Amino acid sequence: MEVNEIFEKVKNLFVDQLGIDTEKVNMEAKLEEDLDIDSLGIVEVVMAFEDEFEVVIDDDELKDVKTVGQAVNLLHSKL
Amino acid sequence: MPNRRVVITGLGTINPLANNVSDTWKGLIKGESGIEKITSFDTSELPVSFAGEVKNFDANEYMGKQSARKLDRSSQLSIFATEEALKDAGLNTEERLGPNVGIVFGTGIGGIGSTEQAVRTFDERGPSRINPLAITQLMPNSSTGQVAIKFGIEGPSLTITTACAASANAVGEAKNMIKNGIVDMAIAGGTECGTTAMTIGAFSQIRALSTNNDNPQEACRPFDKDRDGFVMGEGSTVLVMESEESALERGTQIYGYVAGYGATTDAFHITAPAEGGKGAVAAMQKAIKDAGLTTNDIDYINAHGTSTLANDKNETAAIKTVFGEQAYELDVSSTKSMTGHLLGGAGAFESMVSILALKNGVIPPTINLHNPDEECDLNYTPNIATRKELSTAMSNSFGFGGHNGVLVFKKT
Repeated sequence: MEVNEIFEKVKNLFVDQLGIDTEKVNMEAKLEEDLDIDSLGIVEVVMAFEDEFEVVIDDDELKDVKTVGQAVNLLHSKL
Repeated sequence: MPNRRVVITGLGTINPLANNVSDTWKGLIKGESGIEKITSFDTSELPVSFAGEVKNFDANEYMGKQSARKLDRSSQLSIFATEEALKDAGLNTEERLGPNVGIVFGTGIGGIGSTEQAVRTFDERGPSRINPLAITQLMPNSSTGQVAIKFGIEGPSLTITTACAASANAVGEAKNMIKNGIVDMAIAGGTECGTTAMTIGAFSQIRALSTNNDNPQEACRPFDKDRDGFVMGEGSTVLVMESEESALERGTQIYGYVAGYGATTDAFHITAPAEGGKGAVAAMQKAIKDAGLTTNDIDYINAHGTSTLANDKNETAAIKTVFGEQAYELDVSSTKSMTGHLLGGAGAFESMVSILALKNGVIPPTINLHNPDEECDLNYTPNIATRKELSTAMSNSFGFGGHNGVLVFKKT
């Protein structure tokens, strides 16, 4: 799956499932500071990713994921 | 500092009658019912198909979807009611209230809807698919914490879960917090969104609910001979309480005084009231004494009046024990006839009703009271509001578990 395609799916998940404003979601957006996704929210994000992309994401893999772009790249590496 | 007088300076509510204080009061004195067929879930397999639901409230519109979806409905309603109460008290809801403000909330069953959802997910999809927000939504202190976060309340916080007495106890404990000089202001309230298919089923199993499915608006008939149980209701009501000095210093309105609080426990049976309402008698006596009053001073009683056979009979007996012959001169009413039973939210709602009755000189009626019961023979203000100058009001709340919370309010 292409990075662009993954980004669009991630964006839709953020907007439709988490209720985040669509204009806030771009590759550079920081999950915590810009999108108001806290430590509890990250777990929701991971669950949504696992369901949508049919992958398994370990807690360890999330340590360095701070932006939408980093999340998209993590997914890209798994698909 | 101790023994300071405690005043109410702000009110907020969302309940089956209306989504603000002013329209709620209008509905109450007109004798309207907020009970309808349940719309939020399928009732086709349930013995009861009606309740008092909050209407026309869209949490996504009110607080945005990203915030709304993190909260149980009971917390959404708590924040909504608190915002109205704070604005009513002339407080800036954009500023943090800080360490000199406490919060005491009551609820019967907390985020029961969120609990049920999490269990369903667990059963259907296993532990790894449970909503990570489940614990934060289902814990009974969720509203207390979420309201504190929203408005920056940094003083002491308590969550009281004494079933249907919960928010009467909340108002009473908040009063003591202020009276004893622990804080100058406290946000006291109650919340409940416990109407689910499971709770309707479970309350029905103990024959606690009215099954008058053909006439929902006439189902809740406290003190009437044909009463057959209570009606589930949901909502949140919040009072801004503060020391008299604090209110005078701020130059804000004063609705009235929280003058007395009495709390006791039946220690008798987990659902049934003690015969003759022994625990209720003691709670009323303590509340009157705490207010520095005698029985002769009480003008109006907002009764617990649930419309169950046992409560209404025993509450009547308890009032007669406390007031003697004077019981027949008292104005009594049960506003649950219009809202249904707000459970943990009832005590705060009925505190609001009591203080508005004092302020406006109007006693809201007990609707659906058509056939007198020989065991319920007081003046329950049947069907039509009464205009009367009042100086004191008492509000009774009794909960499963044998918890009794009684409050006395004064106009001046």
